[in-house]
Amino acid sequence: MARYRSIRDLDWALLISTLIICAMGILQIYSATRDTKYDDAWWKQALWVLVGLLVMWIAAQIDYHTLLGQAFVLYFLSIACLAVVLVIGTTRFGGRRWIGYGSFHLQVSEFVKTVIILLVARYLTELKTDRAEGRDLLKLGGLVAVPMLLVMKQPDLGTALTYLPILAVGILLAGLRWQYVAVIGVVLLLVVPLGWRYGLKDYQKARLVTFLDPGRDPQGTGYQVIQSKIAVGAGQMWGRGVTKGTQTQYGFLPVPHTDFIFSAFAEEHGFFGVAWMLGFYFVLLMQIVQNAQMAPDRSGMYLCMGVGALLLFHILVNIGMVVGSMPVTGIPLPLMSYGGSSILSFFLMLGLVNSVRLGRFVT
Amino acid sequence: MSLWLPEHTEERIRSKPALRDDTKFASAKIAFFQYLAVGVFLFLIAGFWTLQVRDRESYKEAAERNRIKFVPLLAPRGKILDRDGRVIVDNRSSYSLMLARDHLRPQHIRPIALGLSLDPDQLEARVERFRSRPKYENIFIKNEITQGEVAFVEAHRDPDSFPELELIRAQRRLYPQNGLAAHVIGYVGEISEAELNLPEFIKYDQGAVIGKAGLERQYNDQLMGVDGQKQVVVDNHGTVRQALGIKEAIPGKNLQLTLDLDLQVVAELAMENRVGAVVALDPRNGEVLAMVSTPAYDPNKFASRIRAADWNELRNNPENPLLNRAIQAQFAPGSTFKPIVALAGLESGAIDENFKAHCPGGASFYGHYFACYLKGGHGTVDLHKGITQSCDVYFYNVGNRTGIDNIAKYADMAGLGHKTGIDLPNEMAGVVPSSEWKMRNFRQKWYAGETISVAIGQGALTVTPMQLAYAIGGLAMGGVWYPPHLVKDPDRMEKPRIGKIDPANAQKVVYGMYGVVNEAGGTGGRARLPGVSVCGKTGSAQRMSREAAKTSLGHKMKDNAWFVAFAPCEAPEITVAVLWEGAGVHGQFAAPIARDVIKAYFDKKARQARDRLVAEIKRAQPRFGPVAPQAPSQP
Repeated sequence: MARYRSIRDLDWALLISTLIICAMGILQIYSATRDTKYDDAWWKQALWVLVGLLVMWIAAQIDYHTLLGQAFVLYFLSIACLAVVLVIGTTRFGGRRWIGYGSFHLQVSEFVKTVIILLVARYLTELKTDRAEGRDLLKLGGLVAVPMLLVMKQPDLGTALTYLPILAVGILLAGLRWQYVAVIGVVLLLVVPLGWRYGLKDYQKARLVTFLDPGRDPQGTGYQVIQSKIAVGAGQMWGRGVTKGTQTQYGFLPVPHTDFIFSAFAEEHGFFGVAWMLGFYFVLLMQIVQNAQMAPDRSGMYLCMGVGALLLFHILVNIGMVVGSMPVTGIPLPLMSYGGSSILSFFLMLGLVNSVRLGRFVT
Repeated sequence: MSLWLPEHTEERIRSKPALRDDTKFASAKIAFFQYLAVGVFLFLIAGFWTLQVRDRESYKEAAERNRIKFVPLLAPRGKILDRDGRVIVDNRSSYSLMLARDHLRPQHIRPIALGLSLDPDQLEARVERFRSRPKYENIFIKNEITQGEVAFVEAHRDPDSFPELELIRAQRRLYPQNGLAAHVIGYVGEISEAELNLPEFIKYDQGAVIGKAGLERQYNDQLMGVDGQKQVVVDNHGTVRQALGIKEAIPGKNLQLTLDLDLQVVAELAMENRVGAVVALDPRNGEVLAMVSTPAYDPNKFASRIRAADWNELRNNPENPLLNRAIQAQFAPGSTFKPIVALAGLESGAIDENFKAHCPGGASFYGHYFACYLKGGHGTVDLHKGITQSCDVYFYNVGNRTGIDNIAKYADMAGLGHKTGIDLPNEMAGVVPSSEWKMRNFRQKWYAGETISVAIGQGALTVTPMQLAYAIGGLAMGGVWYPPHLVKDPDRMEKPRIGKIDPANAQKVVYGMYGVVNEAGGTGGRARLPGVSVCGKTGSAQRMSREAAKTSLGHKMKDNAWFVAFAPCEAPEITVAVLWEGAGVHGQFAAPIARDVIKAYFDKKARQARDRLVAEIKRAQPRFGPVAPQAPSQP
């Protein structure tokens, strides 16, 4: 373990964009929860970010190969935890997703994301080939499907879906033939109608229908999308100013400090602020991809790309939802949305990315 | 852990040339991922561009509409006062209920209707009618809601039940009890779909409470104020967070009438349990002092929305309480028309004051026998006796000599056959027949025989009580007719019509009318008043031909009784016309009704004069006031 590490070698561009995003997130949480029962959320979030930085630092110090070595143990542990949550978990916001004591709750499915990334990286590395076969896809898909199904059972379709891009990006990087991709496409075409018929709950169907036509039920599920679009549009070019957005301040915007935080941000900071913020997210994502490209080995590359895929998926679905381009799935915006589990989970992943980066400097 | 390793790893390693643990093999795919990320970010930024830059105005407006609510402040209607400033129609505050349509959920309509005891189907239809209107226009669903309904609304205003309910403070009309002056005042009600399209109400919106009849309708624009508006910032629970601005409601203007409540009450009491009308005018200026139509209705029942049962009862009542008989009942005036015929005869030169006729109880004209009401006959009758004793035969002769067109000319001059132009809606004009009238309406020439009936106020001739009071009042003034009105409008003081008649001729007719009340043998002795010279004329008119009267309906169609009077005879201050429908044999008791009103007028005048005198004396001699007791002088 004679690895050379120093503060200088950390990914500073990644760290700075992360901190800016977190800071803007805390500011927005403060603005959106003023005079509500969540008015303590902003300093709790700040606390979580500090804890997150610590987690990130520790994760960066650990050799990621050690974690990869324990991937399968962590995988079984995750499944066990998810099963426990289903049995004795706390039900909040219409889903049995939390485990904890008193006012302290952790959302297990958030941490399972990291485990899935480790699992996929480990499995694909073990292939030791440039061409993944169909049966590898089936086996890995089966492994990912178990926690997915458990999370869907909570029910939390949004979080369950976030496991898929990790698998998809990993298997494509591992060299899956285009023929297989085509076959998957055909299978999806067949499965989607069946899933619609039997697999989705009514509220999930309603959300998808609303996504396709928000005006159909303006008081129900479409309400959130319409109010979010109004908030974003009202921000115009320069925004209405912190604590000045009426959609955010007067409660028209649903959950403006968690899932719809970017909508509140867009109202108060305008297109100008949005462009900057998307810019920071882009820098963050590109730094992760760069770390993947420069990873010392395949496992590091898979690890970084898993984090990148997950981040891109979160950004696409959450921010897309805010502007009405994506259905309402209820997944948080990484590093901005209020929530300790999400913050810790993403800082842990960023720590892993840094660990991969530091691996380059092994002497 | 090898158990969990991919199968056949060894084979694959053997089949492939070498294991390369570098990342070069995937660089193209990573680059593809980068392009994908760029695409995703461009996709997102395009979404923000569309909302925040391209379509910004519409979303900004939507946000404003979301948080800014306009709470209507309803303007109270002006009060209606009598000539002395006493309040006839007042307001009292109440609550109205609105449905805020931008929050309305269709499935709430039925439970709301049930909670407020409204017909759910009607409410649904009402909501449906508003479908095409802008969302921020609210629907008035109930005016004048009760305490229980207020409680229902308060209990269900939270966002989880019926946030669309909205309470508005409103003013409700408070009319006198027992239908006092109901026909004059009219009533208000919510504007109907049909009325929304009338030019008269073009500036009012749905839900507005407008005057529907009487003065409430005639002076609606003046009585209605301008509603104000409060602009408030609300959150998504509808709670007011901040008041932005307020435009106070401008209350409607009060309406002061010429009506005298004292006279009105006397007239209404006199007409109790009778069907008919009383009109009292001041012939010196056309002011209406009293106007009664019986049976009356209770305008309070209309004050917000009348119940269907009440409405049907009013509509189907055979005595038609909704009719304002004072200006809408058109009946033959009978003998009350004789002063006009006498004037026409004198003015046209057909007779002079010495013209005499013999009344044996009837006479034949143009092959028909026309009876006098007095079977024994009046003997030799001159003008004075003709009017005083209302001899039909005398007036058959006068009418026959004067001719229909002269009679029509002077009836027309007196204002008969036209609307008087009183400031009330839906006045009737009556009919004054003439040869030209008959040609125009029936394409037939006038038969001289028809003139005989008209001469005693029968035939095709019809008048309203208002017209009769107006016509006789002007005649009493020597041919000066002031248009009647209920509201003094100094800007629009109507000039009197001055008839080209010889005052001496009018004097002769008035003298006859003096005799009717004050001379032995006069038909209107019951109108006599000590201390006041009352002139008058009785009248009794068939409501249909004698042939029809013999049919089964006949007993219902008793004769109408009329009495028209003015006083004092030499300088009239008040004219009263009384119509008692179906009075039959009690027709003589129409006169005391007029007498009561005239008496009330002069009693009040005397009382006011006394009060003025007392006040004047008090002012001139203050030492008549309480005197401080003097201290006993010390010896």
